[in-house]
Amino acid sequence: MAGVDLRGVRKSYGETAVIHGVDCAVGDGEFVVILGPSGCGKSTLLRMVAGLETITGGEIAIAGKVVNQVEPKDRNIAMVFQNYALYPHMSVRDNMAYGLKIRGMARAEIDRRVRDAAGILELGHLLDRLPRQLSGGQRQRVAMGRAIVREPDVFLFDEPLSNLDAKLRVQMRLEIRKLHQRLRTTSIYVTHDQVEAMTLGDRLIVMNAGIAEQIGPPLEIYGRPETVFVAGFIGAPAMNFLAGRVGQGGKSVHIEGGLELAADHQAGAAGRTVTVGFRPEDLVRGGPGNAVRLRVDLIEPLGADTLVHGSIEGGQGQVTARLPGTQRLAAGEVAALTLAADKLHLFDKDSGKRI
Amino acid sequence: MIKRVAFDHAWLPYVLVAPQLAITIAFFFWPAGQALFQSVLIEDAFGLSSKFVWFENFERVFGDPNYLNAAGVTAVFASCVTVASLSIGLLFAVMADRVVRARHAYQTFLIWPYAVAPAVAGVLWGFLFNPTVGIISWILKQSGYNWNYLLDGDQAMFLIVLASVWNRVPYNFLFFLAGLQSIPKSLIEAAAIDGAGPGRRFWTIVFPLLSPTAFFLMVVTIIYTFFETFSVVHAVTGGGPGKATEILVFKVYSDSFRALDLGGSAAQSVVLMAIVVSLTVVQFRYIERRVHY
Amino acid sequence: MVERRPILTFFAHATLILGVVMVALPVYVTLIASTHDQARMLQAPVPLLPGDHFLENLVTVLITGLGASQAAPPVGMMLLNSLVMAVTIATGKIAISILSAYAIVYFRFPLRMTFFWMIFITLMLPVEVRILPTFKVVADLGMLNSYAGLTVPLIASATATFLFRQFFLTVPDELLEAARIDGAGPMRFFVDILLPLSRTSIAALFVIQFIYGWNQYLWPLVITTDESFYTIVMGIARMVNVVDAAARWNQVMLAALLAMVPPVIVVVVMQRQFVKGLVETEK
Repeated sequence: MAGVDLRGVRKSYGETAVIHGVDCAVGDGEFVVILGPSGCGKSTLLRMVAGLETITGGEIAIAGKVVNQVEPKDRNIAMVFQNYALYPHMSVRDNMAYGLKIRGMARAEIDRRVRDAAGILELGHLLDRLPRQLSGGQRQRVAMGRAIVREPDVFLFDEPLSNLDAKLRVQMRLEIRKLHQRLRTTSIYVTHDQVEAMTLGDRLIVMNAGIAEQIGPPLEIYGRPETVFVAGFIGAPAMNFLAGRVGQGGKSVHIEGGLELAADHQAGAAGRTVTVGFRPEDLVRGGPGNAVRLRVDLIEPLGADTLVHGSIEGGQGQVTARLPGTQRLAAGEVAALTLAADKLHLFDKDSGKRI
Repeated sequence: MIKRVAFDHAWLPYVLVAPQLAITIAFFFWPAGQALFQSVLIEDAFGLSSKFVWFENFERVFGDPNYLNAAGVTAVFASCVTVASLSIGLLFAVMADRVVRARHAYQTFLIWPYAVAPAVAGVLWGFLFNPTVGIISWILKQSGYNWNYLLDGDQAMFLIVLASVWNRVPYNFLFFLAGLQSIPKSLIEAAAIDGAGPGRRFWTIVFPLLSPTAFFLMVVTIIYTFFETFSVVHAVTGGGPGKATEILVFKVYSDSFRALDLGGSAAQSVVLMAIVVSLTVVQFRYIERRVHY
Repeated sequence: MVERRPILTFFAHATLILGVVMVALPVYVTLIASTHDQARMLQAPVPLLPGDHFLENLVTVLITGLGASQAAPPVGMMLLNSLVMAVTIATGKIAISILSAYAIVYFRFPLRMTFFWMIFITLMLPVEVRILPTFKVVADLGMLNSYAGLTVPLIASATATFLFRQFFLTVPDELLEAARIDGAGPMRFFVDILLPLSRTSIAALFVIQFIYGWNQYLWPLVITTDESFYTIVMGIARMVNVVDAAARWNQVMLAALLAMVPPVIVVVVMQRQFVKGLVETEK
């Protein structure tokens, strides 16, 4: 087993740059999730680690060895593809054994590894089936089995669950988590699904337009997003944003529309034009801090929670509050809520960076 | 066009294309080039020297009444075969699409003539219409019609058209049937609910949707009548009687191998190439349009 | 159909049955002719009910040919030549086309598009239009009156290359990537993965190209002067055109029947592959 180091990794197709320098050290046995919207370059980055895309600039090292010029087969990695990429004309057993056979491994050892992997993934009774005779979840498992038998340094997952239905996705997510706890193989996992990312990753790399916007543990990213993009991308329903300016001493923010909110920031921020963000669950009833009046437009009762959409008096634009499901509200009412000063996230309006 | 992940290999791709390329160059490009080259030369009677004559061969070819006759014969032959084989193919396809029971059996019994060589098709029909032993010519004679395709040019033309159509209907039938089956059923049902009867539905819904297939088949059939039917003519009529069934490709052959007119036959080859090239371009333009539709 | 119209359905069946009969008519008459002796052939009209000389005719035609006066060798030998020609052309086309299509789809190399267009352009050059110069090339190479001369010049085929190219483009990219990660090089990927996946395309092409090879007429006509290389389709036409053939219609028509049986059997038995091949090569 080994770690993976990305050092200033860049990729361009001709003039078009798609990855603008990513730095990250994935530790031995760590599970890192690359998260981002489609087209952000996350799959390209993963495929560069796999050796399926050339590296335009920077270095990728696996187990301390720079692999920029190394063929995929010699990187000692295994990959699970979104559409599984099982060989349609080979049985489950042959699919798993193919990579080992090419490497010239002894028959007995191949059998042992395939049996072990099949045991872990509960595929024992399916070994002689063809991929087309399997369900989606089973195919997914075979794809993972093919990776496991290789006993590689690194597992690479390219959106492996996005072809499954919602229920199966949850189940397979748990299985991948369990598998990682058992094998402790360094893993890099690409997804656009933030729930998958939050639940699977030891650390997340949030990518946008070819840039790693933030790298860190899931809860840190949720609690302290470094950029407006990360703040808006992580969390559902998304964070609310209002435009404003930081007041004298950094202790208040003037929201466009007249509202003034007490804030909790350094004096250095004073006078800057900012984007103010707060999460829907931070608008509460009867808490400490700023009083906020929310004019209700629309209610979405979800059972445990109720989402309240409306506009804030003295602010511009739509905001959403997540209130306990017991709240009874109707459209047209005005709800008196509070927003604690330390729950405000301030981002520079131009750079989008956290203040 | 190419895979997202392609191999980079210094020599392997060249090795892989080499066999096909070698054959293509030796038996396609070199001869085609020769034809182009010969078409602007005239050799002396002993084949010892040749001289460059610009387009004299072409002028000679186009000024030759026999060539113009062959062009006319080809036009008549091509249009008869195209119209007949397309309409009959369409008729069978529409009927086969309508029946549920035994559709597959009908298909089997209608497509097999495709496998019969055009020359053999010619021989079969030639036997039926043989002036001395043919059963159909016997029937015709009994009913007072004097049939002898060896003497009557129109009858000879009728015979090779018949054999070619018989040979070609299966192909058109299959493509029309595939075209019919790819028309969404909901469209037909919607028209039926709108009150259109079967005939009206065919002309207003089905036929317009089939027109791309029909156009494609038309081009393919014209190419077929220009080239592959050489063997029908050669096996059945030998271009005769007189020159009544001498189609262009047959004339190229007889000028090449019988009259040994190098420059003239090369010029004719070039003209034929120009015809195929333009037909193929038309066909591909159309396919491209369909793809990007 | 969306509504019941018994009359239309009846009409459809009637049309189709008429079609089937029309299509079968010449073959029926031919088959009947081949079961009679030569004497019966001389009386008009030719019979419409089977006779009892079929086996006798079959033996004569297959083994001794149509007699010394005829311009063609025994049909058995010509059938064998046709078989060699059809199988060689079909397998040869498939072999060279699948390789070149593989190179063009799966490799990045400088002359890729040039080669693609060179192959593409051969679509526009049917052998009939360049028959004389092609004949000369084959003559210069000393390939007249040989199986090589009969087959090799017809083996290059843009259609087959296109069909494989079309098929390869539908093979998911991830399969190649998975194979590369599994450690397969280009030839290993081709043999282990791509070739097995191409089985149905290969079968479809084989049917089409077998028929193409079997039914060749002009090419064997100009390339063979030695009877031992005659193919059945050109041989038949030769027999018919011989002056005294009229007397032997029973045997000539039996030979014609034998000339069409193999490709017809291939089409009927492999109908699914045939339809697939036909529809896809023309796409």
